[in-house]
Amino acid sequence: MERTPYGFLLVALGGFLGAVARHAVDVGVGRALAASAAGAGPAVLGDPLTGAGTLVTNVAGSFALGLLLTRASSDRLRLFVGTGALSSFTTYSTFVADAVAIGTPAGAWYVAVSYATGFAAAALGLAIGGRDRR
Amino acid sequence: MTASPLLATALVGVGGALGAVSRHAVGIRVEGRRSVLVVNALGSFALGAVSAAPIGSTAALLLGVGFCGAFTTFSSFAVGTVRAASETGVRAAATVAASNLAAALAAFLLGSLLVAESVG
Repeated sequence: MERTPYGFLLVALGGFLGAVARHAVDVGVGRALAASAAGAGPAVLGDPLTGAGTLVTNVAGSFALGLLLTRASSDRLRLFVGTGALSSFTTYSTFVADAVAIGTPAGAWYVAVSYATGFAAAALGLAIGGRDRR
Repeated sequence: MTASPLLATALVGVGGALGAVSRHAVGIRVEGRRSVLVVNALGSFALGAVSAAPIGSTAALLLGVGFCGAFTTFSSFAVGTVRAASETGVRAAATVAASNLAAALAAFLLGSLLVAESVG
């Protein structure tokens, strides 16, 4: 299944949806934070917002993938939702770019918080999904 | 130039589909957790290059947000690291976590430096 043209099509469709959803969350979180920080003035709006959307998608996607991999019984579901959608919903390259853009020392904290919450979310997803299963 | 929301969605989606398919192709050729390290390092190099290149928002949405964003993955990395911790121990998991960060960070900086140099 995973090497067939149909398998690649499932990954492509999932990848389309996952990337679009990540972009939507990124734009949405950016707007929400910008609105709540509106009183502070536009000059300081750039920095505190960097990476917030990526953190949200990475943590949510890690939880969902842990759940999926322990629950999904079909290869189709794993390819479409896991390899396609969730893996594209989350991103490592933008995470690194955001950490660099934030700079030191705050960028190191951003990495530490992303790792800690991402691993915890993945472990929780695996634990919930694996409950009552072998 | 700013892309309209509909065009931005199409660009990010098409880039994301290509990125996901490319990641899947790497995953078929490279076994296990190493494939995640490979895509995260390669994709971070590419994003470093893309973000340093003098390209418009259209290309940035397609290549940066879409392709590089989807080609690299945090969720597979996080699940893989947690599984490494339970299967082979915390030390092995720490190695996976640190090597992904070191490789991706170095690759991103290298990609942006190379392009910044050549653009001058």
